[in-house]
Amino acid sequence: MSFTLDRRTALRGMVNGMAVAVGLPLLDIFLDGNGTAMAATGAPMPIRFGTWFWGLGVNPPRWFPSAAGKDYELKVELASIEALKHKVNILGDFTLPLDGKPNLPHISGGIGIRTGMAIDSDRGLPGPSFDVSIGDVIGTRTRFRSIELSATGDPRNSLSGRGNGNLNPAEVSPAALYTRLFGAGFHDPNSATFTPDPAVMARRSVLSGVSDQRQALEARLGAADRQRLDQYFTSLRQLENQLDVQLTKPAPMQACIVPPKVPDLPVNAEIENVMRNHEIMTDLLVMAMACDNVRLFNMNFNNGASSLTRVGSTITHHQLTHEEVLDNRLGYQPEVTFYVDKCMEAWTYFIKAMDAVKEGDRTLLDNSLVFAHSETEFAKFHTIDNIPMMTAGSAGGRIHTGQYITGDGSPVSRVGLTLQQAMGVPVDRWGTGSLETNKIIPGLIV
Amino acid sequence: MSRPFRHRARWALLAGLLLSACTVEKAPQTAATPDASFAPLKTPLGQVAGMRRLTEAQYRNSIADIFGPDIKVAGRFEPIVRPVHELIATGASASTISPAGLEQFDAMARNIAAQVFAPDRRAQFMPCAPRDAAAPDADCAARTLMPIGRYLFRRPMTQEEIGAFVMMAGKGAGDGQGFYDGMQLALAAMLVSPQFLYIIESAEPDPEAPGSLRLDNHARAARLSYLLWNTTPNEALLRAADEGKLTDPAQLAAIAQKMVRSPRLEDGVRAFFADMLLFEKFDEMAKDQIVYPRFNPDVASALSEQMLRMIVDQLVTRQGDYRDLFTTRRTFINRALGPLYQAKVSSMQGWVPYEFADGDDRAGLLGQAGFLALYSHSGRSSPTLRGRAIRELLLCQPVPNPPGNVNFTAVQDVGNKAMPTARIRLNAHNSDPVCAACHKITDPLGLPLERFDGIGAFRRTENDAPIDTAGVFEGTAFQGNVGLGQALAASKSTTECVAGRAFQYATGRMPEDEEATAMALEQGFAADGYRIQALFLRVATMADAYRVSTPPLAKPQVAMMTSPHIREGDRP
Repeated sequence: MSFTLDRRTALRGMVNGMAVAVGLPLLDIFLDGNGTAMAATGAPMPIRFGTWFWGLGVNPPRWFPSAAGKDYELKVELASIEALKHKVNILGDFTLPLDGKPNLPHISGGIGIRTGMAIDSDRGLPGPSFDVSIGDVIGTRTRFRSIELSATGDPRNSLSGRGNGNLNPAEVSPAALYTRLFGAGFHDPNSATFTPDPAVMARRSVLSGVSDQRQALEARLGAADRQRLDQYFTSLRQLENQLDVQLTKPAPMQACIVPPKVPDLPVNAEIENVMRNHEIMTDLLVMAMACDNVRLFNMNFNNGASSLTRVGSTITHHQLTHEEVLDNRLGYQPEVTFYVDKCMEAWTYFIKAMDAVKEGDRTLLDNSLVFAHSETEFAKFHTIDNIPMMTAGSAGGRIHTGQYITGDGSPVSRVGLTLQQAMGVPVDRWGTGSLETNKIIPGLIV
Repeated sequence: MSRPFRHRARWALLAGLLLSACTVEKAPQTAATPDASFAPLKTPLGQVAGMRRLTEAQYRNSIADIFGPDIKVAGRFEPIVRPVHELIATGASASTISPAGLEQFDAMARNIAAQVFAPDRRAQFMPCAPRDAAAPDADCAARTLMPIGRYLFRRPMTQEEIGAFVMMAGKGAGDGQGFYDGMQLALAAMLVSPQFLYIIESAEPDPEAPGSLRLDNHARAARLSYLLWNTTPNEALLRAADEGKLTDPAQLAAIAQKMVRSPRLEDGVRAFFADMLLFEKFDEMAKDQIVYPRFNPDVASALSEQMLRMIVDQLVTRQGDYRDLFTTRRTFINRALGPLYQAKVSSMQGWVPYEFADGDDRAGLLGQAGFLALYSHSGRSSPTLRGRAIRELLLCQPVPNPPGNVNFTAVQDVGNKAMPTARIRLNAHNSDPVCAACHKITDPLGLPLERFDGIGAFRRTENDAPIDTAGVFEGTAFQGNVGLGQALAASKSTTECVAGRAFQYATGRMPEDEEATAMALEQGFAADGYRIQALFLRVATMADAYRVSTPPLAKPQVAMMTSPHIREGDRP
């Protein structure tokens, strides 16, 4: 019974509070007792990985716990995660050495964390972001290799890509996201029947025909362009792969319910719209994972130099961080902190939505690893050491949770290295220059 | 039987007119099939010297030109990353296509292919009818796909390519799907091919300089067409390439000259300035409704259009001096912009010419509300942002980023009675020498624009205090926007900047010796009276831009590119 209720709860956000009739699930039988494997096939439950980004940091004294270790103290700006504190790790006191390169405000921080590189000038990602490397391991057997999302309506708001001009653009419209995830091409994994769609088969052969032209073109290319062409063909291969998946009967997924359509809503940087779009996108993404259509995601709540606004305010979140006076009595900038609170509220919604989906006696969040981070510690001064970071979920038991871990001033690339190893990427050394490291964070990995 | 012939007759008529007349240019290029396009490419494809991803506008224009403007292009385009201080055009030459981006291109391709081969439209694009609509017909498929592929790939297809796409059409037609389903699939495959999504510039040995390479004829056709018209090469241009005219300097110059005189140059000039002036920022522009009740989405969308109309009028329609762009009093307004300029325009009129009165501080490009609003905050003006934009975009002088640890207390306090104007606040802020270094570069160019608020509306005072619009540029003192416009018009930096940008825009790369190239171009630009057509023509015909610096590929790779289907005797 509680199972049904949870699923109703998860669905409610999708239609903005409208009542939905949900068919009773019949699918517990598909899982073994503890929810780690599917009984029908014996295959292990998929482990998902994703990132959740928010821009412009926090007020450090109001956010970071006072002491490292388990059962850490929740400061006021993290109070909303209370119910899931035992599934969340806080990471602090890691540094981002730039080796004499400039601190490009709102750019160096996020890119440094994702790529393990300090950038010289803003030409996009200087190399692959580590979520992409993880996707190469876990994202190959699903209809989508990864889903990128931006709740503020800007498709360039993304920190994911393979570098060299490649950036995975973010989906900005909840309605378009719905169509992409659950429109044509979606197969309900719990449907009793499965007929491969001949149109998909035909498209699949067309794409392999385009693949066949690779060699002829490659023979004419110099090294730099060949790399770009390689990326094109990697993308093409993935598209073929998505079609392969659509031609195979999907394994039943206990928690998968096709959500109802979402309406067209305003998409812009006005905070209440962003909150609502983030919630709808979250619900759709979570259900796409519950249906095992995707195992990798990048959710961008706001952007680095955040353009969030609210009705009646004359300036944006970003300008406020620089221009609002520190309130001496409070010790922080109250207008800026309004946005910090909104970011944390949204983060809490996100992990709760993942945790509301039951997979046996675990939850989707337990079977996932979510890495949340910002691009600045304290935005007023563009500081990039001690950037706030979190993980949520135990990746199916591979990650210890419920602790505040400090890096004691060691490079932040240790985080990227550790998370890649936890997700099975064969890498023992990662990052460049002073960010190069072979030291994982031992307390994180089980 | 009669339909294709009728179309072919129409084509013969069109081909002659294509370079000069604009109305017929809008007709689909593949509406009929000239015989020339039946021949596969005779020479093997050369080494690739550059690959530039189509921009959204280029994709849309190409589809409209090839298949007609009634074909809808529905979908979201993966944005091309703009390298800092450079053009989207240079970003395009480093851009790759992500999985999500390709997924979108694939959806667009299927949608376009379905429209092209829809029952009511397909006859327009087909020189033949299949023997049996329910079965594959390799001959008819080849005859239909060859001209289409020639337009999409901007060169005749190779024998191998034709074979591959005809085979796809055949496979798609099998299993009772029918001939037209197969054709849809084959066309969709062409539309997601890197040969279409990238403008692939290929090179050939340069007979003038043994051992080095130059862009081949078809690469030149695409270069001319995307530079000057922002769209795919038309039949006349492709034919000129087929006939080898574009490697002949005199013929290249004659063809480029005709193109520069075509009304389609307007599209090219619009695209160039939209890139140079960072118009993608208009998509993200946000103004606070409470501070600026006059601002609304209609105003927002009119701002960029006003700037482009003004630019096109000055530079293309009137063939005016580029320097006068900073001083001209002529612009255009529509009903949405009326209140901002305190002028009445009825909705019946649409866009109307508008001239600022003598003595009005509103003149030139910088007096346009679009520029003033884009480089302002959401709730107020910004001399620093405006000054920085002038330095970086119009003078090509990059301004360093602010240092990390900045105290903004003085600038932020807009309500402080002791510091009512931005100039006073910035002066206080600049007591810090670290900040002052850059503000000295930016602010003297931004402060003269302070009589225009955050959405570009005129004002005399800020917080009831009079606004001082004094400024200095290259040692000359002046007042207000009009003075600033005259100072920019008088500076070599302004004209060198646009000349250098035009080179980057055309080639997708920074010139190897940037300063020398920009200076040489500027000298020519000056000799031509700073006419933009002349500049574009110069860039389109300069031998330097067609030389290829990449070293030739290793021998074995060159051997691989030779198609097995091309006989030994066909080689050049």
